[in-house]
Amino acid sequence: MHIEFSDEQNMLRESAARYLADNYDFEARRKTSSAAPGFSPAHWQQFAEMGWLAMPLPEAQGGFGFGAVELMLLAEEMGRHLVLEPYLETVVVAGGLLQHGALQELLDRYLPAIAEGTLQGAFAHGEPGAHASAQNVRCHAAPAVDGGFILSGEKAVVCNGPNADILLVSARLEGVAGLSLFLVEADMPGLERRDYATWDGRRACDLVLREVSLPASALVGEAGSAEALIERVADTAVLFSCAESIGAMSSLLDRTRDYTSQRVQFGKSLSSFQVLRHRMADMLVEIELCRSLMLAAAQRLDQDTADSRRLVSALKVRTVKAARFVGQNAIQLHGGIAMTDELPVGHYFKRLALLEHQFGSRDDHLKRFCDAA
Amino acid sequence: MKQEAFRREVQEFLEQSLSPELRRAGQLMTSVFADFEATMQWHRILHQRGWVAADWPEEYGGTGWDINQRYIFQEECKLAGAPALLPMGLQMLGPMLIRYGTQAQKDYYLPRILSGEHVWCQGYSEPGAGSDLASLKTTAVADGDDYVINGSKIWTSYAQYASHIFCLVRTSKQGKPQAGISFVLVEMDSPGLSVEPIIGLDGRAEQCQVFFDDVRAPIANRVGDENQGWTVAKYLLEFERGGHNFTTDLKKQLSRLRRQGESECGPDGTPVLQDSATRQRLAELEVEALALECTELRIKGALAAGDNPGALSSLVKVVGTELGQRLSELGLDILGQEVARYQPEAMEPEFAGDVLGPDCALTSMAEYINHRATTIYGGTAEIQRDIIAKQVLDL
Repeated sequence: MHIEFSDEQNMLRESAARYLADNYDFEARRKTSSAAPGFSPAHWQQFAEMGWLAMPLPEAQGGFGFGAVELMLLAEEMGRHLVLEPYLETVVVAGGLLQHGALQELLDRYLPAIAEGTLQGAFAHGEPGAHASAQNVRCHAAPAVDGGFILSGEKAVVCNGPNADILLVSARLEGVAGLSLFLVEADMPGLERRDYATWDGRRACDLVLREVSLPASALVGEAGSAEALIERVADTAVLFSCAESIGAMSSLLDRTRDYTSQRVQFGKSLSSFQVLRHRMADMLVEIELCRSLMLAAAQRLDQDTADSRRLVSALKVRTVKAARFVGQNAIQLHGGIAMTDELPVGHYFKRLALLEHQFGSRDDHLKRFCDAA
Repeated sequence: MKQEAFRREVQEFLEQSLSPELRRAGQLMTSVFADFEATMQWHRILHQRGWVAADWPEEYGGTGWDINQRYIFQEECKLAGAPALLPMGLQMLGPMLIRYGTQAQKDYYLPRILSGEHVWCQGYSEPGAGSDLASLKTTAVADGDDYVINGSKIWTSYAQYASHIFCLVRTSKQGKPQAGISFVLVEMDSPGLSVEPIIGLDGRAEQCQVFFDDVRAPIANRVGDENQGWTVAKYLLEFERGGHNFTTDLKKQLSRLRRQGESECGPDGTPVLQDSATRQRLAELEVEALALECTELRIKGALAAGDNPGALSSLVKVVGTELGQRLSELGLDILGQEVARYQPEAMEPEFAGDVLGPDCALTSMAEYINHRATTIYGGTAEIQRDIIAKQVLDL
């Protein structure tokens, strides 16, 4: 396996790396994270101007129609710089669900706005007291007389929910087997939000939907067929979040190597102690094994085959394992200083921990991997 | 039989004395420290009952309990959800003064540790002296009847609440680094002493940095001989490393995990704990915890028989802390995305609002984060293994 990146792909990676290195410093990030909306509208606008928000969207709606490899390259740089902006939620997931399921009318209304940076989205799938999964969806939709729907239920830990203009809500439509997906605008009557910060410095909310009236066009994809649609988009989201984790882990290893090289104890640098050298070597091994799976998955993801799904699940399982090892040892090797809010290390650690459970846990993907064999 | 009667006596006392607020403070602990106010309230209740210094000899105001009774007491307190007491005075300085202090030091300080009038913090680590503690640079220079102290101490838990600090200071630069260290007691309101809280990854200030700028402390406040502080410090570190009973902590963690696993539903719609993979993972950790419990019981048996448990006590800190970390990880697996909500105000015992999400998930992420520190403080896991290699295996 060898991936030769195109000139365009190399340029994307380099420009993302350069922009974030020059403009995304940790102190500014801390300030942004400490108050609503929890991301920087100025950065978001820059992302739009650089074309990042349009990247994976279809050309018909102002996008570039780029695929999984480009998303992966961007995600890795975002992970390396601990970017707060809700790219995954808005562009990859909300954009992806619309792109693969919504009617032309909705595509034309929402996708150009996502590409321009004027609209944000969120996916409301998980519910209180349960892991997010199709099985656990209890939200209920009833057909209305005008051909529309009445939506009721509760959703939990909706990432980027507080900033989302549109929410994609999974529910069970009366009389139809399987899951259905609905587009809900954030200002609709009957929608109650409880916003909060999450441990990684981002924003999420819990939602209560009380008989929210939706038009017929709010149904995204066929009634009862949302599970396949969600699975397909979740695979891209898993690739994105794993690439983000790999970027974060790479930064942690760099920081750990630098710190242990300059920190002197017992008259020599910490990095000269064999037990710490071996630990850092193991951290590198963990990251590179994930990177191999990530590259393989990115190459095949757009084909959406049993093989690509199996690779994505392998990537998720392996990345969670690596993220724990690398995150925990980055703190261990730094010592007490990494337990402070002041150093970026712990913030990477928290982001890695929260990414573990998005779009299926390690256990869920291990089962999926077994079932796909 | 005698033990069972004692256990009942402790249980009855806890039943009567632990208010819901105190239990809440115990329940909300995500590190070895509970909310300060609740801790001191519980300290005074125990002092009134004569039970605050379970490990001290009776003549100094201790309980005179045998090792089994002490174990039972610790276990029952933990399981009843009592907030932990601050170890700096009761577990560290107290036993050290009893061993090395002058009569005047014992007479003055010990009763005030017991009553809670004095709250102690520990000044050991420095920004440049962590694992290599002996390289510490804070100096104390004799001037008349006083030492004049300059330098800085870091990772000083609860220094913002403390009335006193015991510190290791450099009184000589001659010979090996260990040979020029003295152990000195300093009042926190001394002129020139300042405290800066450090915000932790959980958003709370449990640790501090303490600065000494020409701080004067009477030479009479030195414990042990000048330049002999290292011996004193090592004795005290043994208490920090070995004086802790990990089994009761692990049992508390395990019972919380079971509660979480019964209430949270897995992806298939049934409680997570019904999933065979999760059950197996929990069982494996229970086996590890049982192995550690049996090891702690062996140590207890050896001590009761007047033997030296030697190697066994060295490995307990490594195993206990790493096992605690693995249990805190399992908490994340069980609760999934429920752990994501950050609500620091709800982690204060007096919080009266609504907890976001299930109550049992409120502290899980803070616990996972704070458990990382357990293999760093009191000698890192790497240093502990070095000690085992050197002192036990004689390598």
